[in-house]
Amino acid sequence: MKGDVAMAKHLLSVLVENHAGVLSRVSGLFSRRGFNIDSLAVGVTENPDISRMTIVVDGDEYVVEQVSKQLNKLIDVIKLKKLDRSESLSRELALIKVKATATTRAEIIQIVEIFRAKIVDVSKSTLTIEISGGTDKVAALEDMLKQFGIKEIVRTGTIAIERGNRIIKPNKNEEE
Amino acid sequence: MKITGAQAIIKALEKENVNVIFGYPGAAICPFYNALYDSKITHILTRHEQGAAHAASGFSRATGKTGVCVATSGPGATNLITGIATAYMDSIPMVAITGQVSTELIGKDVFQEADITGATAPFCKNNYLVKDVKSLPRIIKEAFILAGSGRPGPVLIDVPVDVQNREFNFEYPETVDIRGYKPNYKGHPVQIKKIAEAVKKEKAPVICAGGGVVNSKATSELVKFAETCNIPVVTTLMGIGSMPCDHELNLGMLGSHGVYTANYAVHNADLVIIMGARVGDRAMGTASKIAERAEIIHIDIDPAEIGKNIAATIPVVGDVKMILDELLPIVQKGDVDKWTQTIKKIKAEHPLKYTFKEDSEFIKPQYFLKTLSEMAGENSIITTEVGQNQIWAANHYKINKPGTFISSGGMGTMGYGLPSAVGVKVGRPECRVITIAGDGSFQMSMQELGTIKQNKLGVKIVIFNNSRLGMVREIQKQRYCGRYSQVILNENPDFVKLADAYGFKGEHINKNSQVRDAIARMLEDDQPYILNCFVDPEEPTL
Ligand SMILES: Cc1ncc(C[n+]2csc(CCOP(=O)(O)OP(=O)(O)O)c2C)c(N)n1
Ligand SMILES: [Mg+2]
Repeated sequence: MKGDVAMAKHLLSVLVENHAGVLSRVSGLFSRRGFNIDSLAVGVTENPDISRMTIVVDGDEYVVEQVSKQLNKLIDVIKLKKLDRSESLSRELALIKVKATATTRAEIIQIVEIFRAKIVDVSKSTLTIEISGGTDKVAALEDMLKQFGIKEIVRTGTIAIERGNRIIKPNKNEEE
Repeated sequence: MKITGAQAIIKALEKENVNVIFGYPGAAICPFYNALYDSKITHILTRHEQGAAHAASGFSRATGKTGVCVATSGPGATNLITGIATAYMDSIPMVAITGQVSTELIGKDVFQEADITGATAPFCKNNYLVKDVKSLPRIIKEAFILAGSGRPGPVLIDVPVDVQNREFNFEYPETVDIRGYKPNYKGHPVQIKKIAEAVKKEKAPVICAGGGVVNSKATSELVKFAETCNIPVVTTLMGIGSMPCDHELNLGMLGSHGVYTANYAVHNADLVIIMGARVGDRAMGTASKIAERAEIIHIDIDPAEIGKNIAATIPVVGDVKMILDELLPIVQKGDVDKWTQTIKKIKAEHPLKYTFKEDSEFIKPQYFLKTLSEMAGENSIITTEVGQNQIWAANHYKINKPGTFISSGGMGTMGYGLPSAVGVKVGRPECRVITIAGDGSFQMSMQELGTIKQNKLGVKIVIFNNSRLGMVREIQKQRYCGRYSQVILNENPDFVKLADAYGFKGEHINKNSQVRDAIARMLEDDQPYILNCFVDPEEPTL
């Protein structure tokens, strides 16, 4: 699904040096220059020296270009690519703790099944659901669960990868 | 052979051909100072760490080398910050070395601990906290590469005291690969061809030269380009000196404090060629208006500057000098003579004018500066403070060579002029070094008179003394109904007595008829001198 072209959420995949202080440099840059981060997810890559950040940026073309250029100026940023939504897969993971009673429990389980989500924990008064998927899917489940009373939500933020054989490597974009 | 981290820093500095550093010691940097004791590197002890950073900046701008400053942890390091930020805004290559508390104490809020890498991240090209002594050689190498290449800027290295004391096998790398850093110097040939086409086609072009032209030493190429194509040139504050001031195509500084003709040219051009300038608001506050009527060529080594403040029709990333070298053989003059004639006419109609009486109550700063530039000659380097004094100097002192006008542009840091002059004189002792100060700014760094004295630096100090924070007062006069709030400095010291306290000569003047003789006396020898010029508080900046 493509959003509004002018103000949209843009996906940036950023390879950074995996050492202390990098996250604060990146987040500092966003606050200093008044850019809006929608989400930022970071984890180590197949190379332990390098981490990958997936950043979702809110803004128009000008903002995304500025964000990209300013990020590239950071010495700790090794490689940056703006991902085309139609050419990439994006997922986020959410854990949702929802109120459940004897009467609502069955209905919640049914909804969870429709969404191909999972129940990962139960208590007398709650169900904890794990869902992964695009932002829209997670939002849709959240919406469906609202009626039962959501007690807590924890989200990872979006991670994304390109479709097909394309990969983002430190020195160049490669096809294999 | 094993040496300590502190000795390794000294060795690395020697390998980088650093022969002068500016600094101020303290407990956490003592191992470094102990190693310095055995080194041939000259250390200039300033009277404040901010002075050390500004001096390193002045040194760099006068010599083209990377300036080095050193401070201890905590307050020493935080005192450097304004100097680092000032250098960052003006793209000045600098390496700052700070002591830090011992590694195992970091984060415990111990005595004189400050997170200086965190604090300076916004103002540094990069910075490092050295946790392992073995990484020190690579980090120092990286710091010098980063500071001096691409778009230059400051880099800070924070070295905990235990790392300075640790022994290891020192080996200094010839070079290092920094995988996240690949500056682009050569302009794209397609874009360069587009420049040539635009220059041939458009009828009213103007060149806007910034500090990048000075940094890339592209003066002769710029002059050749302007002459070949008969294109007028305006400069930013940082670009002063990039083109000789007395060249007939040079229209002077543009912007809110600039020259009428320079602003006219930029606002009426159909092609604006921006070189090594970042389209700052003081220079081009109306960038979008300019871009509406003109095609914009933007040449800069920093891709992030292109498109930031003005939309460029022809963006070119690279080094100005290298791009001009490629451009010159293919560029042809366009149909511009009518435009250039118009500009000439406007320049003649709107000279920088001022009226003055010989027998005045006050010195006319504009007249003083014109006279000073005639008398001081080509072998002089000017530094300035900030305020009216800076703008008077920018517009009225005739600068003909790059690197001879040294002023805080992007940051507008009061207190820059005197310590930067210290650095200039240390780096270029054969030159006459004159700092143009305001009474307010001078008092922000006047402790550096001690540095001047101790190191026998013949810095000439001109104070335009209006007993006011003149430029702020002017804003209050124009925009706040003359409600003068906290801009009056009526209890200034007698600056000549102050000079005397340091054993320097000095003089007060308040009549324009005294100007020539007073300047002659000031320039007579190579000793420090304070010339205190009383200036009318009502004297306008423009
Ligand atoms: C460190 C710092 N503080 C405050 C300012 C704001 N400021 C800009 S010009 C100015 C007045 C400068 O006074 P003076 O040095 O006497 O120069 P004048 O304008 O009178 O020539 C001030 C306070 C500044 N630029 N830098
Ligand atoms: Mg003043």
